[in-house]
Amino acid sequence: MSLDDLYRETIMDHNQSPRNRRSLEHPTKTVGLLNPTCGDQLKLDLRVQDGMVVDVGFTGHGCSISMASASMLTEAIKGKSTDEALALARHFKAFLTGTPSPVNLGDLEALQGVSQFPSRVKCATLAHNALEKALSQD
Amino acid sequence: MIEPLVDVSRDFPIFNRRINGYPLVYLDSAATSHKPEPVLAAMDQFYRHSNANVLRSVHTLAEEATTAYARARETVSTFIAATDPKEVIFTRGTTESLNLVARSFGDQFLRAGDEIVLSPMEHHSNLVPWQQVAKRTGAVLRYIDLADDGTISIDAVRRVISPKTRIAALSKISNVLGSVNPIVEVADLVHQVGGVMVVDGAQSVPHEPTDVMAMNADFLAFSGHKMCGPTGIGVLWGRAEWLAQMEPIAFGGEMISYVDREMATWAEVPEKFEGGTPNIAGAIGLAAAIDYLTAIGMDKICHHSQALGEHAFDALREISGVSVYGPRRPHAAAVAFTIDGIHPHDIAQVFDSKAIAIRAGHHCAQPLMQWLGVGSTARASFYFYNSSNDIDRLLDAILETKRFFQR
Ligand SMILES: Cc1ncc(COP(=O)(O)O)c(C=O)c1O
Repeated sequence: MSLDDLYRETIMDHNQSPRNRRSLEHPTKTVGLLNPTCGDQLKLDLRVQDGMVVDVGFTGHGCSISMASASMLTEAIKGKSTDEALALARHFKAFLTGTPSPVNLGDLEALQGVSQFPSRVKCATLAHNALEKALSQD
Repeated sequence: MIEPLVDVSRDFPIFNRRINGYPLVYLDSAATSHKPEPVLAAMDQFYRHSNANVLRSVHTLAEEATTAYARARETVSTFIAATDPKEVIFTRGTTESLNLVARSFGDQFLRAGDEIVLSPMEHHSNLVPWQQVAKRTGAVLRYIDLADDGTISIDAVRRVISPKTRIAALSKISNVLGSVNPIVEVADLVHQVGGVMVVDGAQSVPHEPTDVMAMNADFLAFSGHKMCGPTGIGVLWGRAEWLAQMEPIAFGGEMISYVDREMATWAEVPEKFEGGTPNIAGAIGLAAAIDYLTAIGMDKICHHSQALGEHAFDALREISGVSVYGPRRPHAAAVAFTIDGIHPHDIAQVFDSKAIAIRAGHHCAQPLMQWLGVGSTARASFYFYNSSNDIDRLLDAILETKRFFQR
């Protein structure tokens, strides 16, 4: 497994110019998560209206994998229903353990190499865990 | 050129491994050290030849096991210049040792308003147990202010020590900053107000000669696995007069004197604190590790560790975009650094692709990360099997990492 397989161009791109990296003014849901093994922090803000994710933003600090993954996730779920967003998170996590995804994962597919590095899976799924936690709030 | 102090490929089978096609460069000994053949052989020999429980039976194997376990305690006692092997309690490691002091000594002797002096550089295992005992007893934590380079000055210690200080708990060597703390002087100040000095020796005992009396300590905690011993064995040394007064915290077999249906009395120190079947093979492995280190010479190891730490510190500081933490001199065998714009996890990943093992993260010292104003750092740490060639590989890898992420 070479470094280029892990750090694909798409990941480097999202890491260097993250999408939706901002706090929302009026989020309807906010979740902060810590990656306890490295101290990385991520805050995910969502604006959910009528079951749709109308806006999403993230802030925090972390490695290139966690930041790129958060950036990709926000791009993928904006405008989707909360059910679709949750399904995406679920399929993405299964994808990292080698299960092909039935839905299009978009840029998130570039994170496939992470599955070869078990210690980095936590990084790649931090934002997805935050999303699941946020959408399970009432 | 700083050479290893031993024939590495003869003594350490793990260094014959190649990872990702490269020979292993292990710069993570502050997390755990590798184990030399004599340690592996001693444990193997115990299980194959003398395996039995200790203190329980009269058969030959049990006698041999009991003798070997007692001899391991004597070896540790001599190594740290304790006055009596009874002052050596075997634990699982530094964490359990410090929890034992906090739980037993702390719960017994702390009253509401008493003060516990700590530093913000402490490993979580010399910090969270004190937070917890403070919660239980109403004692208060007082933190020593660090100087800009992370060192502790006696003046800063004076400012937090008061007549209410009952305990000062401090690492001898920081696992992140590589700084060496003035234990003797702090202990003097603490003793003047009637308190006790608890020393976290996890990073010092493997790297320098240890003399608990000269150190002026009341308690010393350390782990076998960072000094060529196996995991799961460590030591709490304590002054006999304190240990005698302290209550045990783990109750069961081997720690009692008399038991009836309603009550029990305790065995003498150290058995009082070693409830249950101990890690016999671990203690034997630790003793073999101590014999191995002693044969090399702790003075030589200390000199070598510091030479590598200081060489790495100076070399890293020369690289643009790299920040190095802790004091320049003396700098012990752990060197924490960051590279502008590149997360430590990503640094460690690139290093691993070249078979260079470093640690990235908060190093179980989150309050120190907060003090440094970083989320995490990379850390290279050395032992007597490392050489300055390893540092050259480290420097090359940093340049490579910068190229990779700044393309
Ligand atoms: C300074 C310091 N204290 C305590 C510990 C905890 O040691 P252990 O995990 O062996 O209990 C460590 C090692 O990780 C350390 O470096």
